[in-house]
Amino acid sequence: MNWASSLRLVAAEEFLSVSGLVLLLVCAWAGDKSARLVTWLAVAALAVAGVLVAPALCGGVFGAEASAFYGQYAADSFSSFAKLLIYGAAGASLLVAPGFFERQGGYRAEYPVLALFAALGMGLMVSATDMLTLYVGLEMNSLAAYVLAAMSRSDDRSPEAGLKYFVLGSLASGILLFGISLTYGFAGSTSFDAIHTALVGKMSTGSLFGLVFILVGLSFKISAVPFHMWTPDVYEGAPTPVTTFFATAPKVAALALTMRVTLFAFGMQAQAWQQIVVAISLLSIVVGALGAIGQGNIKRLMAYSSINNVGFMLIGLAAATPGGAASMLVYLSIYVVMSIGGFVAILSLRDAEGNSVEKIADLAGLSRSKPGLAFVLAMVMFSLAGIPPLFGFWGKFVVFQSAVAAGLVPLATVGIAASVIGAFYYLKVVKVLYFDEPADKVVGSMDGVHAVLLYGSAIVISPIGYLFTGWLGGLAQSAAAALFHAA
Amino acid sequence: MTGFPILSLMLAVPAVAAVAALFASAGAARTIALVATLIDLALGLDLWANYQIGGPQWQFVEHAQLFSGFSWALGIDGIALVLIVLSVFLMPICIGASWDAIEKRVPEYMAAFLFMETLMIGVFAAQDLFLFYILFEAGLIPMYLIIGIWGGADRIYASYKFFLYTLLGSVLMLIAMLWIVNLTGTTSIPVLMEYNFPVQAQYLLWLAFFASFAVKMPMWPVHTWLPDAHVQAPTAGSVILAGVLLKMGGYGFIRFSLPFFPEASAYFAPLVWGLSIVAVVYTSLVALVQSDMKKLIAYSSVAHMAIVTLGLFAFNRQGLEGSMVVMLAHGLVSGALFLCVGVIYDRLHTREISRYGGLAINMPYYALFFMFFTMASVGLPATANFVGEFLSLQGIYKASSWTALIAGTGIILGAAYMLYLYRRVAFGEQKNADAAAMPDLTVREYLLLTPLVIATLWMGIYPESFIAPIRADIAHLDARLAAARPAGDAQVTPGHPVAETHESAEHNGEGSEK
Repeated sequence: MNWASSLRLVAAEEFLSVSGLVLLLVCAWAGDKSARLVTWLAVAALAVAGVLVAPALCGGVFGAEASAFYGQYAADSFSSFAKLLIYGAAGASLLVAPGFFERQGGYRAEYPVLALFAALGMGLMVSATDMLTLYVGLEMNSLAAYVLAAMSRSDDRSPEAGLKYFVLGSLASGILLFGISLTYGFAGSTSFDAIHTALVGKMSTGSLFGLVFILVGLSFKISAVPFHMWTPDVYEGAPTPVTTFFATAPKVAALALTMRVTLFAFGMQAQAWQQIVVAISLLSIVVGALGAIGQGNIKRLMAYSSINNVGFMLIGLAAATPGGAASMLVYLSIYVVMSIGGFVAILSLRDAEGNSVEKIADLAGLSRSKPGLAFVLAMVMFSLAGIPPLFGFWGKFVVFQSAVAAGLVPLATVGIAASVIGAFYYLKVVKVLYFDEPADKVVGSMDGVHAVLLYGSAIVISPIGYLFTGWLGGLAQSAAAALFHAA
Repeated sequence: MTGFPILSLMLAVPAVAAVAALFASAGAARTIALVATLIDLALGLDLWANYQIGGPQWQFVEHAQLFSGFSWALGIDGIALVLIVLSVFLMPICIGASWDAIEKRVPEYMAAFLFMETLMIGVFAAQDLFLFYILFEAGLIPMYLIIGIWGGADRIYASYKFFLYTLLGSVLMLIAMLWIVNLTGTTSIPVLMEYNFPVQAQYLLWLAFFASFAVKMPMWPVHTWLPDAHVQAPTAGSVILAGVLLKMGGYGFIRFSLPFFPEASAYFAPLVWGLSIVAVVYTSLVALVQSDMKKLIAYSSVAHMAIVTLGLFAFNRQGLEGSMVVMLAHGLVSGALFLCVGVIYDRLHTREISRYGGLAINMPYYALFFMFFTMASVGLPATANFVGEFLSLQGIYKASSWTALIAGTGIILGAAYMLYLYRRVAFGEQKNADAAAMPDLTVREYLLLTPLVIATLWMGIYPESFIAPIRADIAHLDARLAAARPAGDAQVTPGHPVAETHESAEHNGEGSEK
């Protein structure tokens, strides 16, 4: 272990930090005029960071050769997989931002910089192999996210969302930190490796408390029931590009982090956390599905949908096997693409004055006025519901497969039966889009970048996506193997 | 067997045409749909012509490892062959039935139908468990859209009900499939058909598959989505629903439930019989009091499908062959009946039976066709239904004579409600002036109905053409079921040789002459 190799391993983070600072200077100097330029540069920075982390994934790096700074940080294939998703999602939500904010009256150059720092924090989260790295990464991401949620000053709901997110987020961070301190007290270390070896056999009550508090804090970040209450409000209040961001990148980061904490740090205590994960996963599926039924705002609906989807991903975690972890990563990848497709479609819904249309009722008969947009939105809905032949089915499929392979047949049965409840509200959106008489509220045209992202994600979630299953599954397996290597 | 991937081509033609139709104008979309379905019909007939009776069990096999976890494996046996031929035969008729009736959003309509055709053929041709599941489930989307966009007044309720009912049934099957694949390590249907599952595991697996196929079939008491869906769907939607989609349930039983889980099938056979005889009697009685023509035919579909399940779970060759023939016959006849309803619906825009009457006077040719299909539905000899119902009831008689007795009343009730329907529509006075002013069949309608008449008669007079391809597969299935077959209460035993008595009679005769 030397500094040179450690610094080489964190190349992506270094690059993002420097880029973020430089871009911050650019926007301080040039002001909001440079916002578009800064956005494109930030996207470019994310792309370069993606290129920097990709070799670790392709090479299937894990263990000591990926470990940096005395076991505080791991640049293994697992973190690379998650980072690629994070950078991709962050890049997509940056690309859709300028058009939206300019119509809202003023695009601020801080937006891309904050998103870049959030991505940096998320990169730290997924690479963390020490509780302190974890916490620093989480807070770095969260602080940027609080500001992003409150970004739109013309809309009252946005600061409200930011404040809610901040208050509840700080509470969750506090709980998490309390859990970390308990774990440290009983395991004698903050390093995942040391916790892994220390917590063997019967768990003491104290360390069990530590585990529970850590899981509560993380559940908040992944918006799993019963720590989901902030999600609909924040999703609705935050400007839509920010919501796109929240629904994708931080989800990936927090879930990947949860995986590493549970499967690796607490890997020897699987039976302790498995029942908690089973409970929150079923609760998330059911509450996410039932909560969505009454929603009239499409962004709130997407919030409940994300709660629902997190529940399905947690089924893969409950399996506590490498297959389960790989299936979660596959689901996450598909979920990110579906969410981007869905939110870009929502961003493209504008009335004659250019204001966003968010009420589901206003989308009535969209298939007449905007057939392409309605088609993609309907595809996203069917895909989120997990109806084959759309690619969303594959995510559910692999997760349930791993659950059945791990012997969790009752969990899988209840989960999949509850997915039928979820199908109802997705169908409701399709019904509004296709069956209802046109309301002709949505008239605005689509930006070029939006169209590229929209149809790009549509192609991925179409049956064509199945051709990638072998490749995606292989990468996810190599990433999941890294997680279990030390175990 | 050729190396040419004809099954993939049959899937690709409507899929490509569906995309093309989506971007075409209304007129062009109609033409694209018709041409594509006719090409598929030609390919289907080619498939039938080249299918070697007595050849290998699985023919036209294709296999490509395109995906992780499952593969693109296609191939057909005789059972799949006849169902594919039925599907491709009905599709051009559906497109023809929608030619003028569908006026709004024609490209999307045609695309949905063509997509549906791809999925239907795929379901019957799939040789991979998960490929089957994907195609089986995917059919929900186009049918949901067809009912919801082009359906009648209450279409939204019907479309939801159709979708959620069927989905809930299917997801349980998915878990069972995952469990099976986890246990056996293979997704190949032909391999699994020969696999001997542990008996205690079979029961739950059987129930999971049953949940899906019973809803799809549909069996009483989970049939309630069908009358709603049928009534609200446009004519062609009803034809394809009755003609092909319901057959997926029967196909599922014959392809999965029976060969995968013979012991569990035998164990649950009394359950199936019980549900089926309730369905036969109950839905026939319900059909008797309907005032809506499509609802009446929908209930008759449930009754006919109950005959199919009885035949399938009779565990003998007559029953299995009979239920296959009932499925094919029902596909033709109920499809044709929905078309007949569609013909007068297009003219008067109502399905109320009481709004018609005396149509034999102003629409004699229509009345003739309608009469023919009414009789076919009743199961008159020389029509397709007779062959199938006769064999099915014969099969179930060997297994359980009481069940056969009660199911037999369904045939009588069937005659009652169909003839009652016919009397109210075609005979009597012309009490409604607008109904009396309706013109007779157009050339297009002749073209739609005539092939169905020919096929129904063909299947009724010379069913060998349709039974020959399935005979070997049914025998194979029968052999697999033999060990688990429940002891029937009416086993037919051969009598004493006739020759001996004849000889003794002759002897006596000689003696008396002496």
